[in-house]
Amino acid sequence: MQPVIEGRGLTKAYGNLVAVDGIDFAVEPGESFGLLGPNGAGKSTTMRLIGGTLDRTGGTLQVAGLDPGQEGPRVRAHLGVVPQQDNLDEELRVAENLIMYGRYFGLSRSHLKPKAEELLDFVQLRDKSHAKVSSLSGGMKRRLTIARGLVNDPSILLLDEPTTGLDPQARHTLWDRLFRLKEVGTTLVVTTHFMDEAEQLCDRLIVIDRGTIMAQGSPRELIREHSTREVLELRFGSARNASVVDSLEDVAPRLEVLPDRILLYTHDGEEALGEIHRRGLSPVTSLVRRSSLEDVFLRLTGRSLVD
Amino acid sequence: MTSAALTPEQSAARARRFGWWYFAESQLRAMRAYLGAMTLSAVLEPVLYLLAMGVGLGTLVDAQSGPVDGVPYLEFVAPALLVASLVTSVGPEMTYPVMDGFKWHRLYYAPAATAVTPRQVAVGHFVAVMIRFCVQACTFYLVMLAFGAVRPGWSALMIPVGVLAAAAAGAPLQAFAATREDEGSAFVFVQRFVVMPMFLFSGTFFPLAAMPVYLQWIGWVSPVWHGSQLARLAAYGAEVPGWLVAVHVAVLLGLAVGGVWWARSVYDRRLGA
Repeated sequence: MQPVIEGRGLTKAYGNLVAVDGIDFAVEPGESFGLLGPNGAGKSTTMRLIGGTLDRTGGTLQVAGLDPGQEGPRVRAHLGVVPQQDNLDEELRVAENLIMYGRYFGLSRSHLKPKAEELLDFVQLRDKSHAKVSSLSGGMKRRLTIARGLVNDPSILLLDEPTTGLDPQARHTLWDRLFRLKEVGTTLVVTTHFMDEAEQLCDRLIVIDRGTIMAQGSPRELIREHSTREVLELRFGSARNASVVDSLEDVAPRLEVLPDRILLYTHDGEEALGEIHRRGLSPVTSLVRRSSLEDVFLRLTGRSLVD
Repeated sequence: MTSAALTPEQSAARARRFGWWYFAESQLRAMRAYLGAMTLSAVLEPVLYLLAMGVGLGTLVDAQSGPVDGVPYLEFVAPALLVASLVTSVGPEMTYPVMDGFKWHRLYYAPAATAVTPRQVAVGHFVAVMIRFCVQACTFYLVMLAFGAVRPGWSALMIPVGVLAAAAAGAPLQAFAATREDEGSAFVFVQRFVVMPMFLFSGTFFPLAAMPVYLQWIGWVSPVWHGSQLARLAAYGAEVPGWLVAVHVAVLLGLAVGGVWWARSVYDRRLGA
């Protein structure tokens, strides 16, 4: 199957600052593809390159068989875009936001009126159809922005940090809607710096930092390749953490000392904790958890994903 | 138009032709939120101007010095007031909403993520404001008729003239506003020290020739003067030589077209092509 998006040596530089540094990636049709990385990693720049609203300085890029640098409007006719920052028109009512946005794709009002209702149903905002946008909560605005991005029935939906700033309930509602889109074959491209979001939403992802790809694969593959099955988190108090490290080094194959805690990467967290107690060490708190993409990121970059 | 969904290629083709209008349409729809205030202002402004300047001041001028430019003062000042009113109103429409589009609510980034191009966003904003000003000019003209400040007929040509003058002032302002990353005090400065002097020193209230020569240049570079002279020609056949009519039209068209051209390139740069 031909990739719907394919970048080779994709580069974007602003003078001496290289925001995206020769990355290679391909997105298959119907796939949910993630770009995971901290703020400033180059995720949003990559999204803008895909949408053709930013010119690349090197490499090649094809979206739906077209070059976004040359054919921006034609490429964008294939896309739905959910920007990082909501830019809904607060002078228009909720349904009007969808209708007017649909007009940008040349769609007729007679098509857009029922389409707006269908999309408001989909994002559970039907009862807000005539409400002012300013009266919506943050989660509702995000859902409306997603509905707006779907108004042209795009084959590819670009979501830039879709749940930043939302409470947990709103995030889960939104994830549920995105799952449904995936079920009907929409290709999702998601940037996020939330590990749980990437694990929930993405079939495959690239871990990106300082404009380069650190690793790529499915969340499970990345964890298996770059981390252990479990992680034991220990807190001895910030003053003692460093002093007990020497006593822990042979308990687990790898450990990381963070300012507030020590992470022991192990295949059996409970066994490691038992060994620590047998050595007479008493952490203030301990937690055994499964490895996550955050651990992968820490392993790859030596830095926490959200500083 | 059909009610069917379009393929991406069809969408792109339609947006290529009509994208500017789609954005204008969205802007006009958003203006409905202020329809009451806009209507009130469109009616009250000419009433107040014509009462104060035309009737009030006009009574004094007519009694003291007789006709101005061969007509009663009300007839002399009213066409210029229409033009000046539109030109002074265009500032707020072409500055703060542009900043809103790029920075505050980032409204321009919505169409720029679709098949519509940034330069079409620039043209759409301009067209929406000019359509609004067409309505405002018509209202002003109707109030003038009610005041007996003008006779119906060819004088209606002052409506497109007024809109052209507003376009000549508005388009460069739109482009200038688009170059600003931050509003700072630039827009207030422009309104007070560019638009206001144009209003006061462009032969609106008295013939430009009545001013000292060292102040007349303000009129020569001002869309208000060029527009006012054309509006007076339409209203009562003011004596304007043919070559000067051509100059007035050329200056207004040049500013409008040049301004839109400049705005298109700035929008391209900021929103990406």
